[in-house]
Amino acid sequence: MPSERNLTNHETRHSRPAQVNRLRPAAEFALLLIKQRRKRAEATGEPLLADIKSDSAFVEFERVQKSYDGENLVVKDLNLSMPKGEFLTMLGPSGSGKTTCLMMLAGFETATHGDIRLAGKSINNIPPHKRGIGMVFQNYALFPHMTVAENLSFPLEVRKMGKSDREAKVKRALDMVQMGSFAGRRPAQLSGGQQQRIALARALVFEPELVLMDEPLGALDKQLRETLQFEITNLAHDLGITVVYVTHDQTEALTMSDRVAVFDDGRIQQLAPPDQLYEAPENSFVAQFIGENNTLEGVVKEIQNGHALVQLDDGELITAKPVNVSAVGERTRVSIRPERVEYKPDRLSDQAHMLDAEVLEFIYMGDVFRTRLRVAGSDSFVMKCRNAPDQARLKPGEKLKIGWLPEDCRALDA
Amino acid sequence: MADITDQSGPMLAADGRPLKSSLNRALRRQKLRALALIAPLLIFIMVTFIAPIADMLFRSVENQIVSDTLPRTTETLADWDADSGEIPPPEVFEALYTDIFVAQERKLHTRLGSRLNYELSGVSSLFRKSGRRVDDIGEVYQDQFEDLDDFWKDSETWNALMGSDDWNAAQIQWDEGSDDPQPPFEPREEITGLLPQTAEIFQIFADFVQREDEDNLADEDPWELVYSALYTDLIQTPDLSGYGGPGSAELLVAMSAVPDFETVDHAAAFEDIDEDWHSIEVWQTIQTYSPDFTSGYFLNAVDMKKSPDGPEMRPDDEQIYIKLFIRTLIMSLAITGSCILLGYPVAWILANLPARTANLLMILVLLPFWTSLLVRTSAWKVMLQQQGVVNDTLVWLGLVADDSRLALINNQTGTIIAMTHILLPFMILPLYSVMKTIPPSYLRAAKSLGATNWTAFWRVYFPQSVPGIGAGSILVFILAIGYYITPELVGGTTGTFISNRIAYHISSSLNWGLAAALGTILLALVLGLYWAYDRIVGIDNVKLGG
Repeated sequence: MPSERNLTNHETRHSRPAQVNRLRPAAEFALLLIKQRRKRAEATGEPLLADIKSDSAFVEFERVQKSYDGENLVVKDLNLSMPKGEFLTMLGPSGSGKTTCLMMLAGFETATHGDIRLAGKSINNIPPHKRGIGMVFQNYALFPHMTVAENLSFPLEVRKMGKSDREAKVKRALDMVQMGSFAGRRPAQLSGGQQQRIALARALVFEPELVLMDEPLGALDKQLRETLQFEITNLAHDLGITVVYVTHDQTEALTMSDRVAVFDDGRIQQLAPPDQLYEAPENSFVAQFIGENNTLEGVVKEIQNGHALVQLDDGELITAKPVNVSAVGERTRVSIRPERVEYKPDRLSDQAHMLDAEVLEFIYMGDVFRTRLRVAGSDSFVMKCRNAPDQARLKPGEKLKIGWLPEDCRALDA
Repeated sequence: MADITDQSGPMLAADGRPLKSSLNRALRRQKLRALALIAPLLIFIMVTFIAPIADMLFRSVENQIVSDTLPRTTETLADWDADSGEIPPPEVFEALYTDIFVAQERKLHTRLGSRLNYELSGVSSLFRKSGRRVDDIGEVYQDQFEDLDDFWKDSETWNALMGSDDWNAAQIQWDEGSDDPQPPFEPREEITGLLPQTAEIFQIFADFVQREDEDNLADEDPWELVYSALYTDLIQTPDLSGYGGPGSAELLVAMSAVPDFETVDHAAAFEDIDEDWHSIEVWQTIQTYSPDFTSGYFLNAVDMKKSPDGPEMRPDDEQIYIKLFIRTLIMSLAITGSCILLGYPVAWILANLPARTANLLMILVLLPFWTSLLVRTSAWKVMLQQQGVVNDTLVWLGLVADDSRLALINNQTGTIIAMTHILLPFMILPLYSVMKTIPPSYLRAAKSLGATNWTAFWRVYFPQSVPGIGAGSILVFILAIGYYITPELVGGTTGTFISNRIAYHISSSLNWGLAAALGTILLALVLGLYWAYDRIVGIDNVKLGG
């Protein structure tokens, strides 16, 4: 990926890499990226890591529970298996237990129940310093009293490595993150992005097979964050290391990961590659949490041949794809992505069901038009249309008919 | 914009004044307000703290008492060669007579005696004795003048002779019972020229009677010293022919009579008072301490003394201060060290506990601050004495035999234990506030990089807590080095500090000069150590918090 690697040189001058279009919605961009990756994988004949169903799991959580106070479980029954070389992101709102999972893996917290295995061996009783796991911390945790080179040399020194080996490895690691000329500086003399690179280099310099990252880009500005997202992903894939990445930023998760584990309430809500996560959320939480989403509430009237008939609360009947509804009469939330909503009949297939809608608000966003509609009693129904020559700019109060493909409309738990 | 940036010369503000002065004017009000806010404290500190300290420190070199009390003696003694092995010439004794006479009238001779006694023991009693018997010396002349003529007996005739006409008139007019001040004595100019010494001494006498005793000069008979001075003047046969004022006839008679007078050998007279006056050592001491400023107190404070050959060490059995300084330093270091050892783990626990528990424990750390220092120190007396709590417990546990109880108090151990306890909060607080700012992620990072608990602590945590150790150590050490009350109470003889010696010289021996010199050395020592600390560790590395 030479073109992407070159980005780093631009970043230091704070110019904007041409490939990253600020105006493109992040989620869509992430999808584009994973599709590119898929295409590349097909071209080379290598299977995409996310698609491998590996028996030889590298990192495994088995029935892991964690409680701090003995009354509430922060992590409830966590089961997770990662193959070697995977980039897995733990995504979730704060307090969802994702950081606790990472800390248990690193060894700074002990699991209350269950087993955590690394390369087949249980590491529950191995202290953190013997686990050989690299870690990048939220605030980098670069040792302020050491220079950059000393910081990088530290993990090698505690491994009793010879001086010349150390120097060679430190140099290589610094070159890897394009920070070769900063060896003599103190962390306080570096910018946030530079510190982040050093932290990354330090976590990688002793060549761990597993690297954990705890919201490493959280403190950076948006522009720098996007550049570093590329760098980290590329570095991880180039080196073939396994990465567990924790973030609450869904864009970051979608852009960087092979698979994303969406956490909520101490459980993994869905574990899937980014495109599946976005396009096929398995429950309402994931649908709401990832990307923008329209929700219409109703009751299941009929389930047949992979189609569910849902009666919305205003009496309208629509067809949806049943995802986690099983019984007739069950309440459901129907989820439709805003960009899958159309108002031009010629863009829809014949079976598409049309609903009445009234324009409440029209927002011009450059690449897209975002229209807020009143649909089936809901005032927060959003439609996104690509800015194309034939696209009309709707006016508030306008009445129109909207529709979508039944397979884009997913009936989820209420 | 262009018209501002294009101009040459200083930047101007909108009203055409230079921008710099405009800015200064704008800031002046703020500065004045800031100054006004601190002014009360500043004035308070200056008056009650800085000025007395400066005055005290000045006493360490000030030595005017010798030349003030013995002005003539020190002047004539300047030419005397101490190495000659001979006692000073007769003029010195004559001057000494004059000086001691005046001093004993003013009751200053004992103070000088005490002052010189610091340098040579025995001088105090020598001066006291001389003060008592110095009157006898002058009586020889007084008797002979009075035998010559009754004129010399009467204070009024003396006043008429010595004082100017105007003054005499005013003095007679003056009503002693009234609130008006006594007219100050004015000498008669002719007499001042003819009888200079008599005039000088009479002036001193008159000033003393009028100002210090506040008596009526008309009622006071002149000092014996005045007669001696008159003799000295007349024996030189001044030309009295031009003088026709009061007592001119009596003066002529006296002048013709004086060559036949019985004379006084001052040297012999002083030897008669005390044979120490013929000791070279006494005169050496007086000569050495005649200058207005002396390094004597400082030399004394480092166990040295002045000698004719320059400063030299005192005999071994008189050396105490250097040992005491070293002991103070070593014990302060020991106290600082034990505070670090005891305080560091406590601060660490406090910094790593949840806030609520930490606050509770912090109150326990601060609790000693709310108890009187004396109470705490007294408590240690109870705890540490031979029949005290600690010894009882050790005996009960069988660690110490009942007949060999440990001596934990009235020695260095007692001072170190009690002061470590008292100063411990000063170590814990800065340590805590520094440790509080070290995020736990550093330790985690170190461990994730493969460091054992100890390596992570020693290589990563400890270096970052050094500023706290520095701040705590400076606080504790500087407080300890000047500590007084605790060593005084629990230190016995071996556990006292230099400050106890300073206090002794301030309040018991009253040798303020030496106390000031010791204090100055202590201050210099602390500043020197502070400077060294700054050079080695860097004062920027000291953090008291955040």
